[in-house]
Amino acid sequence: MRALKPLRIEGTPEARLRPAIWKLTDVRLRVGLAALVATLFFVGAVSAQHRIGPSGDIAAKISYCKDCHGVSAQGYNGYFPIPRLAGQQPVYLQNQLRAFIEHRRTNNIMFNVAHSLSPAMVDALATHFASLHPPPIGGAPRQKVATGRKIFEDGMPEVNIAACAACHGPDATGSGQIPRLAGQLYPYLIKTLNNWDKERGRNPTVPDASAIMSPVAHSLNRSQIEAVAAFVSTLR
Amino acid sequence: MKPMRFPPPQRHRTALFRAPVAPALIVAAAALTLVFISPAAAQDNVSKSEADAKLRYCEVCHGAAAQGFHGYYPIPRLAGQPTEYLKNQLQAFVEHRRTSNIMFNVGHVLSPAMINALTTDFNQLNPKPLGGAPKQDLDEGKKIFDNGVAGTNVPPCASCHGPQAKGNGPFPRLAGQLYDYITNKLTNWDKERGQNPSSPDTSAVMQPIAHSLTQPQIKAVAAYLSYLE
Amino acid sequence: MRNNGASLAIAIVLCCVFFAASAHGENLAVRNCTWCHGGGASGYPPAPALAGQRPLYVEKQLAYFHARTRDNPFARQYMWGAARNIDGESARNLALYFASLPPRAANDGVPNLVGVGRTIYQEGMPEANIVACVVCHGPNAEGIRDIPRLGGLDYSYLKRRLEQWNEGYHAAAGPPMISIASKLSGDQIEALASYLSFVK
Repeated sequence: MRALKPLRIEGTPEARLRPAIWKLTDVRLRVGLAALVATLFFVGAVSAQHRIGPSGDIAAKISYCKDCHGVSAQGYNGYFPIPRLAGQQPVYLQNQLRAFIEHRRTNNIMFNVAHSLSPAMVDALATHFASLHPPPIGGAPRQKVATGRKIFEDGMPEVNIAACAACHGPDATGSGQIPRLAGQLYPYLIKTLNNWDKERGRNPTVPDASAIMSPVAHSLNRSQIEAVAAFVSTLR
Repeated sequence: MKPMRFPPPQRHRTALFRAPVAPALIVAAAALTLVFISPAAAQDNVSKSEADAKLRYCEVCHGAAAQGFHGYYPIPRLAGQPTEYLKNQLQAFVEHRRTSNIMFNVGHVLSPAMINALTTDFNQLNPKPLGGAPKQDLDEGKKIFDNGVAGTNVPPCASCHGPQAKGNGPFPRLAGQLYDYITNKLTNWDKERGQNPSSPDTSAVMQPIAHSLTQPQIKAVAAYLSYLE
Repeated sequence: MRNNGASLAIAIVLCCVFFAASAHGENLAVRNCTWCHGGGASGYPPAPALAGQRPLYVEKQLAYFHARTRDNPFARQYMWGAARNIDGESARNLALYFASLPPRAANDGVPNLVGVGRTIYQEGMPEANIVACVVCHGPNAEGIRDIPRLGGLDYSYLKRRLEQWNEGYHAAAGPPMISIASKLSGDQIEALASYLSFVK
């Protein structure tokens, strides 16, 4: 390796203060090092886009959602029960956020939350929450679970109650626009089923998918609602 | 209040035959009148409200106007189905010749009168197809439907299902059926149908056909059918 | 005889003090609290009101003080000592007692900040990623289960607690409070504290 002429600073008192790296006299080493640094910088910048976990605005928004919905979006029993979003079907989440914005689903808090979200943000949030899998927070009365399982898996055809599993899946994980129920909060499910029409399908000129659940919610009596809610709240 | 006056007790044997004939005739006449006036005359003991409630229950899964619905599983269109086909399927579910836990539960509580009412109602519904299938192979699908697949066991579907795929008698309507329901069933024919080897049923007819169709052919014909009205 | 007379006098005085103390319906244990937390436990800054507070919340805080987990300055200075002999059943009884007392609003916030505070509390500020407190703390800031009442607490207490979470006093914070506090500016904290101090 042919050495270059020594840099001017070498041998001078200032040389001590210069970074050792400046003492490299071989041009190939210098170029190679520069290339390495540039590559690392580039890789770092690129991987920052793709690293697991979003960055910037999306991360801040996720943190905000989690302030209410729980640190892993597992839900939280606040003054009002705040539903689990973890593992939720992304299409369902997107539909609900849009329903809040369009007042087809009436909830003042969620309208405030949703109406400032860009479509890209909605997609990012839905994708993120779908990827989370904390265990259910539980707490439902255990003695209701067996009855709830029966209603969920078999329905009650004598009284025209459809088997929830037909649409929500045998593990209550949902599909497409049909929500995951597995691990959902017990009081949230009860409140939702008991008050279906009070919050959903509120724009009569724009009927939406929530209409499917209206006859189902009405066909269940209180104790059946509590049973099926207890059952699905235990599912992982 | 004046006490009610009963007729004096009959003492003679012939009294047994002195039944209250006139009131009985009136009641019978009234009953017959009701029977013939009521539109449910042929259905005997299912009231309209019961039948309506059961229909709405079916629609929870099978979609508004029974057009079908993408549940966790694709739930088929029942609208426009021949009544004979529907009755056969309900019977097959109940007898476990066709295996579906959910449909067994649904089916085994239905009275014959209810089945009559439901199948009639479904047959008369005519909503638009649900749609949503991929569109690139519709021509290929139509060719298979109209002409079958040369050199194989696949006859023209139209020969049994009708030129517009509307079905007839025991042959189901395929027009407007869900794309992923058709592909699912054709691909998995044996897994759900003809499940009682000691009681073979009409589903056996489709078995060699379903087996002979390749996946691309299944998808093509399913997509074509799903858009038919 | 003179000694007997003096002893008798002292005994009578002590009895009077005892009866005077319990004449307000407060036993001695409660008096230990109301010395600082005010008559009727309605607060005496810096000690917050306890009247009408959620019993599960009070019980939890007493446990934190007893275990020296909650670490903000006044906790160290006062509550660690005060709670040294309070745990288990005595904590539960005290909590239930204070919960039963009628709450009184402190009404000592900054009036012209109340509007902003109400907006933050009831609606949040989604563009700033600030959640609406109402979702957990309730429409009248009364709390539920182990989520505390905020309504009627005094301005300086509410302000200091929110500031303390930003100053790193994280132990014993309720689940999302650290995250929430980190998003609040000083102005927003003052607005919230002002609004809440007026809520009955």
